[in-house]
Amino acid sequence: MDLIANLLRRPAAASILSLIGVLVFYVVFGGVELGKLANAASWLNYAARIGIVALPVGLLMISGEIDISIGAMIPAGAMTTAIISGYYDLPIIFGIIGALTIGVLVGLFNGILAVRTTVPTLIITLGTLVAMQGVVLAGSKLLTGAASVPLTAPAWAKTLFGDFIFGGSHQVIIIWWVILAVIFWFVMHMSKFGNWIFAIGGDKVSARNAGIPVDRITILLFVLTSTAASFVGMCHAILFNSAQVSGGMNDIFNIIVSVVVGGVLLTGGFGSIAGVFIGTLTFAIVNKGIDFTAIDRNWANLIIGVMLLIAVAMNESFRKMALSYAPKPKK
Amino acid sequence: MNKPVLELKNVNKSFGPIDVLHDITLQVKAGEVLCLLGDNGAGKSTLIKTLAGVHKPTSGEMLMDGEPVSFARPKDAADRGIATVHQFGGTFPLMSIGRSFFVGVEPTKGFGPFKVFDKKTANEVAVKAVQEFGITRITDGDRLIGGLSGGERQSLAIARALHFGARVLILDEPTAALGVKQASHVLRVVMEAKKRGVAVIFITHQVTHAMAVGDHFAVLIRGALAANFMKGEKSREEITDLMAGGEALADLDAHLEDNTGQGAAAATVS
Repeated sequence: MDLIANLLRRPAAASILSLIGVLVFYVVFGGVELGKLANAASWLNYAARIGIVALPVGLLMISGEIDISIGAMIPAGAMTTAIISGYYDLPIIFGIIGALTIGVLVGLFNGILAVRTTVPTLIITLGTLVAMQGVVLAGSKLLTGAASVPLTAPAWAKTLFGDFIFGGSHQVIIIWWVILAVIFWFVMHMSKFGNWIFAIGGDKVSARNAGIPVDRITILLFVLTSTAASFVGMCHAILFNSAQVSGGMNDIFNIIVSVVVGGVLLTGGFGSIAGVFIGTLTFAIVNKGIDFTAIDRNWANLIIGVMLLIAVAMNESFRKMALSYAPKPKK
Repeated sequence: MNKPVLELKNVNKSFGPIDVLHDITLQVKAGEVLCLLGDNGAGKSTLIKTLAGVHKPTSGEMLMDGEPVSFARPKDAADRGIATVHQFGGTFPLMSIGRSFFVGVEPTKGFGPFKVFDKKTANEVAVKAVQEFGITRITDGDRLIGGLSGGERQSLAIARALHFGARVLILDEPTAALGVKQASHVLRVVMEAKKRGVAVIFITHQVTHAMAVGDHFAVLIRGALAANFMKGEKSREEITDLMAGGEALADLDAHLEDNTGQGAAAATVS
């Protein structure tokens, strides 16, 4: 009993229950064979794609900010890589550096605006989102005359960023996702920096008075989110041997839904990496796992919407439990 | 008996054309509780913000241990040992006691990039620090701040300030939002802080609370020091009168006494 209560008070509780709930729903109403689902790559590939971005977005949201420009940064990373190393035929390393650089630059821009102004970061990053979409489309047309650019990556780059593993259709970015999740978990829950991020999300003024470099941390988190997004775009360009201007808009909401299902409080100060990780898995299973059910794919969004609301309601009540928790007095 | 820890000499503060503080001269000694009384808008907040380094005095001098000091930001004041605890105490409701206690000064163990936050030490130290102040109900450092009562939060915040070497403790209306029992907990913590030789500046408009712990009283009216006296020099009624605007209210009283009968009814209305 104590064990269950302890588990429920953790920020990840709702995401675990959502995951179980979705699986049960799919098995009971969709006739899914769990073994077949577990072996399938589609949902895991998708989880890695949004998961790599969801990790830093989770941190950013715990610190009380939000970044929606990630939607434009995935295609931006892909196009940068493809234009530099595909269209201009420069060595792939320049494409990789270019993609990451554009991520860092946009992140710096977002972060500096966020700490220098009082404009909500939703609005700031909405601006960069739309602006970057324009830059990517117009830039691609201007430089290459097309909105789709082919790319041939050398073997080492393929192996590192864009190959299939386990001899099947699992993508190598799954491994990147898992490694990044471990690193982010360590930083968030084991190091003092995690404590700083929680404090910033709890109360910015008090955090600053306690000597935490609030501005620097905020800028760094924006750099992380947008670089993670351009990294994912780069990996996809290398994997699929091409990059397109379109795409990315859906990712914004999918990533934010994953983070929120994962138990991160939109107003900041509460959340966990385990929650974000499981929330991403849950989201990917709902979205891609529906193909393994007898349910019509068109219902997927309804399921996601309902799951989001249930998960948020659960988060709310579990957080209340966590707040009112006190150890029983020892007699 | 000893030199003042913190001293203000003829401090003025104005925001543009508006004078908020007017020629304030005050001092507080180690092991002494200075009660700062005043109605809303009397300039109490501005005064404590000046002490805590949020505002810079427009003119006048601030001395610590007899040396002039000037704070550019709150961190400077904190580094000199001036700690402010606000009305709601704990400010990170969703953080655990252990984690919030050490925000900005986290204990770590391990080497290089693998320095980990030492949760066990943090929790133990935090719980011990607050228990030393007589708040024995806090036993688990994993509890979230938001789950503590108002009095417990205040006590925890005071314990935190003293643990990190505060020499001047500024308490901004610590009892205003609390019930009677909770308030008495906080007052006990204030007495304990005083016993440890900390200079306490206690802001309140509850005269009873001030009388219970204060050694030295200062009343602010419209940004100026209306009275500055030691314990036992004035009665409770006199202090209340002073806070509420001094002579104006005394006049009203006298006026009411002339036509008794109606006086009682009018007094309840006012």
